[in-house]
Amino acid sequence: MPDQTKPATDRPVKHPPDLPGCTKKLGPPIVEIESVVKKFGDFTAVDGVSLDIFEGEFLCLLGGSGCGKTTLLRMMAGFEQPTSGRLLIDGKDMAGVPPYERPVNMMFQSYALFPHMTVEQNIAFGLRQDGMPRAARAKRVAEMLALVELERFALRKPHQLSGGQRQRVALARALAKHPRVLLLDEPLSALDKKLRERTQLDLVNIQERTGITFVVVTHDQEEAMTMADRVAIMDQGWIVQIDAPQAMYEYPNTRFVAEFFGDVNMFEGVLEEDEPDHVRIRSDELPVPIFVGHGISGREGATVWAALRPEKLTLSSEPPNQPHNWAEGVVKDIVYLGSTSTYIVELTSGKRVRSTIANHARDVEWTITWEDRVFVSWTARSPVVVTS
Amino acid sequence: MNAPAPVSLRHRVNQARLRLQASGQRLVIAVPFGWLLLFFLLPFALVLKISFAEFRIGIPPFTDLVTFTDQAYLRVTLAFSNYLRMVEDRQYLVAYLNSLRIAGGSTLIALLIGYPMAYAIARAPKGPRAVLLFLVVLPFWTSFLIRVYAWVGLLKGNGLINAALLSLGIIDQPLLIAGSDWGVHIGIVYSYLPFMILPLYATLEKLDPSLLEAAHDLGCRPWKAFLTVTLPLSMPGVIAGCMLVFIPAVGEFVIPELLGGADTFMIGRVLWNEFFLNRDWPVASAVAVVMLVLLVAPIMLFQHLQSREAPAKTEARP
Amino acid sequence: MTSWRRNGFLITALGFGFAFLYVPIFLLILYSFNGGRLVTVWAGFSTKWYGELLHNEQLLGAAWISLRIAVTTASFATVLGTMAALAMVRFGRFGGRTLFSGMLSAPLVMPEVITGLASLLLFVSMERLLGWPEGRGVTTITIAHITFCTAYVAVVMQARLQDMDRSIEEAAMDLGARPLKVFFVITIPVIAPALVAGWLLSFTLSLDDLVIASFVSGPASSTLPMVVFSSIRLGVSPEINALATLLVVLATVAIAAVGWLQVRQERLSTRLAQGADAD
Ligand SMILES: Nc1ncnc2c1ncn2[C@@H]1O[C@H](COP(=O)(O)OP(=O)(O)O)[C@@H](O)[C@H]1O
Ligand SMILES: [Mg+2]
Repeated sequence: MPDQTKPATDRPVKHPPDLPGCTKKLGPPIVEIESVVKKFGDFTAVDGVSLDIFEGEFLCLLGGSGCGKTTLLRMMAGFEQPTSGRLLIDGKDMAGVPPYERPVNMMFQSYALFPHMTVEQNIAFGLRQDGMPRAARAKRVAEMLALVELERFALRKPHQLSGGQRQRVALARALAKHPRVLLLDEPLSALDKKLRERTQLDLVNIQERTGITFVVVTHDQEEAMTMADRVAIMDQGWIVQIDAPQAMYEYPNTRFVAEFFGDVNMFEGVLEEDEPDHVRIRSDELPVPIFVGHGISGREGATVWAALRPEKLTLSSEPPNQPHNWAEGVVKDIVYLGSTSTYIVELTSGKRVRSTIANHARDVEWTITWEDRVFVSWTARSPVVVTS
Repeated sequence: MNAPAPVSLRHRVNQARLRLQASGQRLVIAVPFGWLLLFFLLPFALVLKISFAEFRIGIPPFTDLVTFTDQAYLRVTLAFSNYLRMVEDRQYLVAYLNSLRIAGGSTLIALLIGYPMAYAIARAPKGPRAVLLFLVVLPFWTSFLIRVYAWVGLLKGNGLINAALLSLGIIDQPLLIAGSDWGVHIGIVYSYLPFMILPLYATLEKLDPSLLEAAHDLGCRPWKAFLTVTLPLSMPGVIAGCMLVFIPAVGEFVIPELLGGADTFMIGRVLWNEFFLNRDWPVASAVAVVMLVLLVAPIMLFQHLQSREAPAKTEARP
Repeated sequence: MTSWRRNGFLITALGFGFAFLYVPIFLLILYSFNGGRLVTVWAGFSTKWYGELLHNEQLLGAAWISLRIAVTTASFATVLGTMAALAMVRFGRFGGRTLFSGMLSAPLVMPEVITGLASLLLFVSMERLLGWPEGRGVTTITIAHITFCTAYVAVVMQARLQDMDRSIEEAAMDLGARPLKVFFVITIPVIAPALVAGWLLSFTLSLDDLVIASFVSGPASSTLPMVVFSSIRLGVSPEINALATLLVVLATVAIAAVGWLQVRQERLSTRLAQGADAD
């Protein structure tokens, strides 16, 4: 029989991306999604997504409710068939391959633990389907119980466990078969905040120890930032941007991403000057132009947006000594957040901006308070210009 | 871009499996579907057919609609006489109206008794609540006939209630409860009370107590709060409970037969008598058809509309 | 919650309601131990009616027939009703779905006299055309009972299947179990309590049915309700009181046993859980 499983030779070799600030080395692509569309009747839930997931990575699918994250995950697991496009796992086309023959496992948002089986039986279920011999099975189950620290609960039924314990059983059950890819649908959404934060680190740990590729769906931007090697941001069935969290935060490619991924001050303006080494933008919301220290190769006269993170805005009571990148305003509100404080400043144009100052930076002479006149300024390297 | 992949063996295996799965599904549908078509729907077609036949003495006791005459003509004889009788003989109309009246009255009584009970159970602490619910459900699992029979001994002219009242000197003539509409009312309420209480309990139990607290907080007196908050919100339970009592009561045969008088004619009893006493199958069929059109069809339509409305309502709630 | 006990109206309503529900049954039980034949006169304690009951061949025979019919009916109706519920809840749209759902809900609102008459006409016609079923008897009663019990089971199972979290089955499939295996290893155990409830419901409905059985029974197949009914029509008889007492006690014991088993199961598993917490 000819081997149809080998990747066709005419396909380009895909290289994993470099991950800044991370020692992890990614392998070849393990899941390849090519222009996948999924329609439910007239409604398009996933609208032409292309995405490569590389071996060993921790990928977060991030997006608001209803943007198609679960649908995309369910197509990888085999519960939904793409309306068009291709989905390959390990180079094999998955069209028509049922869930029980795919080398991926899923952890469900509701955990979906079998209520009539003990923790042990739940974890062993997948192994039993593979016909793994009893001794090996017992060993693997014990390993898994140890991994999620549930040894003492092996004989309990799911309804006798707390939410956090159930979540760990679900994880252990999905990991037990050593899947090529583990798909997790909002794995932490049912936990309270404290537990969620701890579990985020646990998940990262387990992923690193097992080396299994994780694809985690979440709607929580901080969660994605904490855990992911790469984040894919989805909106209305699209992947808008896919990048390492740091790059995503510093260099969002659209207004949507900038606003979704963290706090941002957005200035709308007209591109006045676009040179290879700088850009000048005129905004009605500011008294002086915005000067950006790199080129963007846009059309002069086009409408663009300059995105500025709150921590990049500095406040001063004296006018800054620069011809651009500042504005005058009045402090309207101060939000104390422990390690930082956020100042809400109403500019002369009426626009409100947020400036976040680390509290250790406020020395004794810091006197800015409510209703003070202040000057907001930033450096030429701070803004990111987006054209849509 | 890529050359189309050759149809792999694996793909073909998957296709075959999908087909097998689909035919398995079809089997799961076909078996109960076929059963109900044969043993539930087809019989009604026969009832309709025989309601147009004429009574004759013999086996079976009705004429054929379709006959072959000597010249091999097909002759279809439809006898409307059975339906004419429904209109002409007042006995049938009276029986219909009686059924509606008695079933409606009994439903109302059951609601008046059942609502406070359901309310009390729903407000009871957890422990007693389980016991009380058990006590409501228990009669359902005991024989219906036996429960009706229990009242026969109580209500008869020489039954326990009359004996007690006579010996206490409250009455000097035995009351004729069994043998009147009141006997039937009591029998129906007694038999179907659990069906009233359970749906009422289900809605009242789900009712958020903080709604009442909010009403009280806003200055509503308890009785007013009940009328403006609890009662409207429990309407689904009221409707469900009333349907569950009214529907079987309308067609009831056993209760009027055992607890009603000789003249307490309800439509179920009329049909029974036409069939078993007069052996007039065509008329019995005609009674059944009229009952289907006038009673069952409206009820099913009502329930259908209700069930279509219900999901919209539950979605509106968080 | 303390106000519950103090609400005189509610307590009175409960007391009156339960008295209404239970006094007739208690009196029935009491008079089954009456030595005399007259219902109104207490003639001393005696169990002689129970003795006579044991020698009443007709009643015993009818009870045996009813029991056989009820067991067969419950088993078939549970299978058919579950299949019907699966079709309604799981298979999306199919040709004739509206008709099917109509046929599933109609028996619930159909007056028994109509169902009985219609079934009889069918059996008569079938016998004339096909020669089967030969005459009427246990078979025809069973078929008629299965038909209406299927509808009841379907209601119970539809509710259960709709409540059931589909992702449990998806998880099993994701872990490598094929659809048929998922059904038997996951779905059936999860819906088992509803299956038991459906079976018991059908069993009770079949055992209790008088009207439909009267239409479709034959000369040698009188069921227990039919025999009881004809003897009640002749008047109150202490023997029937004794039978009624036995039936009430049996039902109570059965229900209480089921309830007790559930509670015990619950306790056992909580104790296990507490044991694990302790160490
Ligand atoms: N089986 C389905 N039938 C119809 N619409 C669906 C189905 N599954 C999902 N959708 C729709 O597709 C959209 C995306 O759903 P989903 O992938 O669950 O979003 P997310 O997980 O990102 O919140 C939603 O608008 C949802 O209503
Ligand atoms: Mg989702």
